[in-house]
Amino acid sequence: MTATVSLAVADPGVVAFLPPELASRVQFGWTISVHILFAALSVGLAPFIIYFTWKAVRSGDERFARLRSFWTKVFAVGFVMGTVTGIPMSFQFGTNFPRFSEVAGELIGGPLAFEAKMAFFLEAVFLGVLLFGRERVGDRTYVLSAVLVGVGAWLSGFWILVVNAWMQTPQGFELVARNGMEVAVLTDPVAAFLTPRLSWMYVHMVNASVISVALLVGGVSAYVVWKKRDAAAWRTALKIAVLVLVVSAPLQAVHGDAYGRHVEDTQPQKFAAMEAHYETGQADLHLFAVPRDPSALTDPRAENLFTISLPGVGSFLASGGDASAEVLGLNEYEQNPPVALVFWSFRAMVGLGFLFIGLALWGGWRLYKGRLVDSDRFLKAMMVASPLGYAALLTGWYVTEIGRQPWVIQDVLKTSEAVSRSLTSVEATATLVGFVVVYVALIAAALLVLKWLVEEELAELGAVDPPTAGSDYLPWVGGDD
Amino acid sequence: MTDLLPVDDYLVESLPEVWFAVVVFALGMYVVLDGFDFGIGMLYATREEEDRETLLAAFGPVWDANEVWLVAFGTMLLAAFPRVYSRLLADNYLLVIGFVLALLFRGVAPELREQREDEDWQRTFDRLFVAGSTLAPLLFGILAGRWVFDVPALSAPALLTGVGLVAVSVATGAAFLAAKTEPALAAELRDYGVLATLAYLGGVVALLATVVVTDPGGAAGTVLSAPGAAVVGLSVLAGLAGVVLARRGQYRRWLASALALPALLSVLLGLLLYPQVYPPTGLTVRAAVVSPLALNLVTVMGLPVLLLVLWYFKFLYGVFSGPVSGSYGG
Repeated sequence: MTATVSLAVADPGVVAFLPPELASRVQFGWTISVHILFAALSVGLAPFIIYFTWKAVRSGDERFARLRSFWTKVFAVGFVMGTVTGIPMSFQFGTNFPRFSEVAGELIGGPLAFEAKMAFFLEAVFLGVLLFGRERVGDRTYVLSAVLVGVGAWLSGFWILVVNAWMQTPQGFELVARNGMEVAVLTDPVAAFLTPRLSWMYVHMVNASVISVALLVGGVSAYVVWKKRDAAAWRTALKIAVLVLVVSAPLQAVHGDAYGRHVEDTQPQKFAAMEAHYETGQADLHLFAVPRDPSALTDPRAENLFTISLPGVGSFLASGGDASAEVLGLNEYEQNPPVALVFWSFRAMVGLGFLFIGLALWGGWRLYKGRLVDSDRFLKAMMVASPLGYAALLTGWYVTEIGRQPWVIQDVLKTSEAVSRSLTSVEATATLVGFVVVYVALIAAALLVLKWLVEEELAELGAVDPPTAGSDYLPWVGGDD
Repeated sequence: MTDLLPVDDYLVESLPEVWFAVVVFALGMYVVLDGFDFGIGMLYATREEEDRETLLAAFGPVWDANEVWLVAFGTMLLAAFPRVYSRLLADNYLLVIGFVLALLFRGVAPELREQREDEDWQRTFDRLFVAGSTLAPLLFGILAGRWVFDVPALSAPALLTGVGLVAVSVATGAAFLAAKTEPALAAELRDYGVLATLAYLGGVVALLATVVVTDPGGAAGTVLSAPGAAVVGLSVLAGLAGVVLARRGQYRRWLASALALPALLSVLLGLLLYPQVYPPTGLTVRAAVVSPLALNLVTVMGLPVLLLVLWYFKFLYGVFSGPVSGSYGG
């Protein structure tokens, strides 16, 4: 390890190759960042699909049939992308972090296997029926298939977060020396599965997925409505998206506030990094922070930030009522997470969260007045916001995952100890480059497909001229709303 | 829950061996089910546009569910034998990453291809589909060969295992398609299937001859033992029966005998490993298995679910039984 680092510095010929630990961490971070977009799409879109399918089958309402057909196509593409990006995730525990798998195998193997057996199979099998089986099964089985796909998606998230929450607040095990290393042996399955973090994380993550998808559905609907005001199906979709946001966006803020206090209790170092709180003592709450000079971007500290802070409120919130309570500072620790990444990610997430509440209130008010689609400004704001739910979800995930560094399992195993000893810089860097290239292409392809689906929808609605050569659009089909 | 589950003893004395069998079973399900998906992907290269739509319509509803058996295999290996999971994957870094990337291309290519009626776009994804469907079984077979025989990737036993898995995938893919498509297409695919079956049998004989001669990791004894010889004999019988049934046009029976080939291959893998689970370090089932409480837990929570999964597969294949209809994308 040390040899590789010094080699990388000393010899310009090998500078291009990253040390295996860094390459593995970046690779895992990158692959999970892409995977989580598709996983969250499945979790967030599933309730919409169930609702549209149920309404379409039950009432035969053309609007819902149209929405079901459109969003099921999006779901299908997202699910395939989620599957193919998820499989590398499950193998990287072994390829890049085998010592983590050895230490934690007894604790994480069960939940990961339950995820495959209880959730992933359910989702994959019934998605096959949902996508290809309309003519082969009855209405009831068809709707049930949509429900089971949704149950699969939500259950899949549950088991994955059982593993992640255990890594944040591990319990229900003891360390036993085995084959020259300390291995976690399961002692209490209930404690190990239902860790203190689990319910916080599950609610926050599922709700974040719902918000991200509501913004995506809202943005696409706003665009279609902006192009064609009388598209009844899409006016309905916009209305549903706004209603979902009205509930989910404020819930996320209230829940997130309480979640923050829980993090302070269980992972004080992460909490200190979120606030760039270095000196142990009274903590202020920074409501708002902007860099005073560029160094704040890489090393945020009270000195180089312009902040609007509530003195003592950090202590007050963390202790549950005492404004002078002592909050542990980062200076207490030998090794800290990259503070700037955690601090700014946290601010981006919170800032976006408040933006979504504003958007929800604006939309809710317009809906109440019955003028949801009259304002171009609102429609454009929804369009701009369509990818921002994902931005908040990713930055929130970075707070959680980068914030608990240097630990991969809090206070049990460091990330540096978890990495493969046999992995070389060349191998690790080569696969990292491979994953970057392939996943950028995947995201580009997914966005292209979404763009085409929207264009096709607009063409069918008669909002734009249908493409001429090589297309199967019939000129008399259109404006069926 | 700790009151309900024994902490210091396995629920039954042989539970570690049961889990070894369960893991090999999941691997077998994967090799059998995704094997014919790979076969469809390779046979796709031999087809013109019209047939390609039929092939994709056969592949579409089932491939993703089939691929989940890989995840089931990997996660159950981690749950029961974490040291094997970590060594196997870490010792085969580039092979494993290459394999998952091949799977990735195989999975996304048909989905993306069908999004656009553009020749260049479709040709690009057709190539990726064929390449992914060929490389995935090749690399997975090499990985299995390295695991079982403790040999380098570029050695006769590992390469022959890889090529064997490619051949058997073509055979099962052809049989699956022949059973589900109209006679003219079925007859053309049959010829590829027969050729692939004979190539597979030849490959197995070559592999076992190499193993008997070079004896990697002491595997020769297993091959020559009664169970080893029985599995090899059954494979030869199933292969030859498949060739006869294919020629007679009895495609459903041919499919049954073709699917027996990868299933028997998985049994052979189990026999070659046992009582070890990771020959490169000589790790045995008993030495690698997790503690009794952890294994008892995954047994009571996981095994009943596995039976439920088998039931949904029966349902899925029931829904999509009979001739292929429609096209990819419903």
